[in-house]
Amino acid sequence: MEDTRAGLVAAEDVLLFVNAAITATGQREFRSDAAEQHLSLDFLHRYVHGNYRDLYAAALALDINDHNAARIILRLLRTATDATPEQRTTEGRLIARRLTHTPPQRVYRLFRDIRAARINNRRTRAIMRDWLAHRPDPAFDAVKYRTGMKTATRHSHLSPTAELGDFLFEPRRRIRYDHPLLDAYRRARYEQAAIYELPFTTAEGFAAKHRIPRRAFLERITPRLTRLERLRLQESARTHKAENIAADLTTMPLTRLASYALALPLDDRVRRRAELTTALRAAAAKAAGSAAGTWPRTVAVLDDSFSASGSTEKRRRPLAVAVATHFLLEALTTSATSLWTSGRTDALLARPYGPTPLGARILDALDRSPDRLLIVSDGWDNAPPGLAAEVLRVWRTRLDPTGRTDVVHLNPVYDATGFDVRRLAPSVPTAGIRNAEDLPALVELARFAAGHTDLAELRAHLDTRVRSYLADD
Amino acid sequence: MTDMTDQGQGQGQGQDAKPGLGLDLTGLATGPAQVWGAIRLVPLLRAEPIDDLRLHPVLYDGPGIVDVGDGTVYTAYIPHGLVADWTRDGTPAAAYGTQLGAADRPAEAMRLHFHRRMAKREAKTRVRFLPLHLAMEGYLALHFGGPTILWEEWSRRAVGRGLSPRSERAYTGAEVPGLEDALRIFEIHPGQCGVLVYAADALAAAFAVPHPDDYRLLHPTLVQDMFGELIHHYAHFGGPVRDFTVRIDADGIDSLARLRAAAEEQETAWSDFHDNVMAAGLPANSPGYRFQRVRRMRGSRFRLVRFLPPFERQTEQHIGEAITDDRGRIAYLKTFRLSENQVRRGHLLTSLAAHEWSIDATAAALGTTPDALKARVSRLGFGSLLRGDG
Repeated sequence: MEDTRAGLVAAEDVLLFVNAAITATGQREFRSDAAEQHLSLDFLHRYVHGNYRDLYAAALALDINDHNAARIILRLLRTATDATPEQRTTEGRLIARRLTHTPPQRVYRLFRDIRAARINNRRTRAIMRDWLAHRPDPAFDAVKYRTGMKTATRHSHLSPTAELGDFLFEPRRRIRYDHPLLDAYRRARYEQAAIYELPFTTAEGFAAKHRIPRRAFLERITPRLTRLERLRLQESARTHKAENIAADLTTMPLTRLASYALALPLDDRVRRRAELTTALRAAAAKAAGSAAGTWPRTVAVLDDSFSASGSTEKRRRPLAVAVATHFLLEALTTSATSLWTSGRTDALLARPYGPTPLGARILDALDRSPDRLLIVSDGWDNAPPGLAAEVLRVWRTRLDPTGRTDVVHLNPVYDATGFDVRRLAPSVPTAGIRNAEDLPALVELARFAAGHTDLAELRAHLDTRVRSYLADD
Repeated sequence: MTDMTDQGQGQGQGQDAKPGLGLDLTGLATGPAQVWGAIRLVPLLRAEPIDDLRLHPVLYDGPGIVDVGDGTVYTAYIPHGLVADWTRDGTPAAAYGTQLGAADRPAEAMRLHFHRRMAKREAKTRVRFLPLHLAMEGYLALHFGGPTILWEEWSRRAVGRGLSPRSERAYTGAEVPGLEDALRIFEIHPGQCGVLVYAADALAAAFAVPHPDDYRLLHPTLVQDMFGELIHHYAHFGGPVRDFTVRIDADGIDSLARLRAAAEEQETAWSDFHDNVMAAGLPANSPGYRFQRVRRMRGSRFRLVRFLPPFERQTEQHIGEAITDDRGRIAYLKTFRLSENQVRRGHLLTSLAAHEWSIDATAAALGTTPDALKARVSRLGFGSLLRGDG
C-alpha cells in the first residue's frame, strides 16, 4: 500500500517536472513575471533532482526545451560526486547526446555557466572537449561565438591550433591569418567589404561600427543568413525596403512559421493567404512525417482568448502553438475539426481576443462525437469559470464511462504558482507543449498523466525513450 | 457670516434633487467574473451597443467616429477627470465633471497648472485621468455644489504645495494591490461595456460606457482611477478570493443536450446571484439615493445625473455620475465608494448645501455651535471654501 502510494507520488512528481521542463523557459508569461517563473522552476529542478536523480537525467531524452536541458546538465555535472558509477555513465552519454542537438550558442552559454559554477574535473573537461571536437569548423565558432569559445577553451585546458589560439587570446600578434574567415574578421575592422564574409550576427556589429545603412547591409549579407535569421528578418527587411531577402517559407519549422504569420497585420495575412497556407501545410506535413493520416477522427478545441497573447518575451506563443496544432491536425487525420474559443473559424486570421469559454466549446466538440478530443489551452477557463472541468467530469462519469472518446489537454503555459501546467479536470490527462511538432509524442506521454499512473510503467516508458535516444547516436 | 462664494457655477446644474429619478441597469447583462488575488472583476455586457452617445472624438486618434446618419443627434461625453488636449492648443486640461454635449463642441475643461517637469513627462494627448487628489477633491466639491472657479485656484495651490490639511487618503488603482495585474490580464468580452470592481468582494466601483470601443479605450485607465482607503485595505488583507466555479449535478444527466442545459442554468444562476447579492449596494438597487439632473442636451435623448447616497454610516455608500437615456436606462456610469471619513464629510457638506452654506443655520440644524462647525469644516479639508472674514 505504502509502496504504491509512494509510486503514485513519484510518478506525478516526474510528470509535472516533465511538463514544466517542456513549457517553462524562465521567461515572462501572461500571468507571471520572469522572476516568479525562475523561482518556481528552480524549486522544481532542486526537488526532482534531489529525489529522483535517474528520472531527472532521463528527462534529457524527452522533448524538453533547451533552457531546461542546460539547467539539468549543469545540475548533474555539479553534483556528479553524489552519483553511482553506473548513473554517471548513463548521465554522461545522455549529456553528450543532448549537446549534439542543442544550438551552439546555448552550449557555449552552458560552458560559461559551468565555468562560473567552478565545475572543473576530468569528466566535465572531457564532455566539453568532445563537443568542441565535433564542431564542423572551429574557426567559424571562434568568429561567431568568440567569447564562448574562449571561455570553453580556457576552462577545458584545450590547446587550439596555433592560429586559432592567437586569434582567441592574442589577436594582435599576427598581421594576417591563413584561414579566410579569421582573416576576414581581422580585415573587417577597416574594410567594409570584408564584413560580408562573416556570419550575420558578427557582421551586424561591424556594420554598426562602419555606419553602413541597414538596407545596404541587409541586401549584401543575405547569403550568410541562417534559415531562422532569414525568417526573423523578413518584416524588418520589408520596412527597410531591402530586396533579395525573401525566405522560402515552406522550409521553416511549423510553430515558428505560425508565430511569423501571427505577427503579420491582418490585412497582410489576407493578402498573402495562399502563400502562408501553403507554407504552413508543407511544414505540418513535414512535422507529421510517417504519422500523417494515422490519427482517428479528431476535434480540437483551440484557445484564442486574450491570454493566448503570451507576454512581451513570448509574443503570441500560446496562440502560435494552437494555430500550428490546427495545421498539424489537418495532416495527421483526414477528418479534423478545429473549434476556436472565440467562435471564429479562420485559423490564419486568429488573434488573441476575448474570454475563454472552454466549457461551451468542449460541449460543441462533444456534439460531433469525435474519437479524440484535443484541447490546446492555458487552462484558465473563465467564462464561466470551471465549466470545462464540470463538463468533462460529467461526460466521463455519466455519458462516456467506457472511454470511447479519448480526451487530451495540451497546455503551452507553465503556471508558476501551481508548479505545473494548469489542469482542466483530474480525469483529463494534461501535458505541456512547446512546439506543436512534438504533438504525437506528447499525446502518448499524456496517457501517463490520467491520474492513475504506475511508476513502474512510467519508468519502463522512460527507459525505452532513453534507449532509443541513445541508440540514435 | 460666512457663506458660499460662488454657487453652482459653469455647469448649468439644476438643483432639483429628485428621489424618484432612479437608475435602470436594463440592457447591461452580468458576465462571468474573473478573479486575480483579492480582486474580482465582473464584466457588464450589452447586447446592443448605444451608437448615438460616444466618447468625445478628441479621445480617438485618427478618423474618429462614423456619423450615424439617419438624423440622429450625435452626443458626446467625457468622463470626469479625463485629461486631454481639450482646448486644442497643446496644453493638457482636465474635464471637470462628466460632460455631455455635441461632438464638435469644445469641452468645458479646467486648465491644469502642472510643474514644467510634470507636464513634460506625459504625452500631452494620451488618455489619462487627473492626478488623484485633484480629481477626487474636485469630484466631491462638484457633487456638493462647491465653487468651480475656486477649484482651479485651489488645484494650482494643491499641485504646488500639496494638500493641507490632508484629512484622509485615497489611492490610485495602481496602489491597490493586485488591481493593476487584474486589469492587465482581464480578458475583455466582446460587447463588454462596463465592469464592476470588487476588492475582497466589496463593491469598489462600477463603470459602464455606451459602446464596447469606448470601453476598450478606457479599460486601462481604471488603474489611474481613485479608490477609497477601505478598498485599498481590503485588497491588501482580504486575501485571494475564490472563483465561483460551476457545479453541475451529474444525476439525471443522460444526454449532451441535458448537460448543455445544465451548463446554461449555471450561467443564469451566477448572474442572478451577482445582481441580487453581490451588487445589492449599487445605487440602482438600494433606496435612499438622491439623483440630481445636471444637464440635458437640447434634441438629445440623454441626460446627465449625479447621485448622492443617504450618507448612512457603516454601510456601503457610493457617489457617482451617470448618463441615462429618455427611459432612464444607463448609458454611462461611474461610481466611487466612499470611505467612512468621506461619508462623514458628505453628511456635513450636504447639510451645508441644504442651508445654503449658512454656517449659523447649519450649526443649528446639526445641534452644534458655529465655531465648532467651522472647525469641523476646516478639519475635513474644506477650509478653503469658507471666506476668511467670518
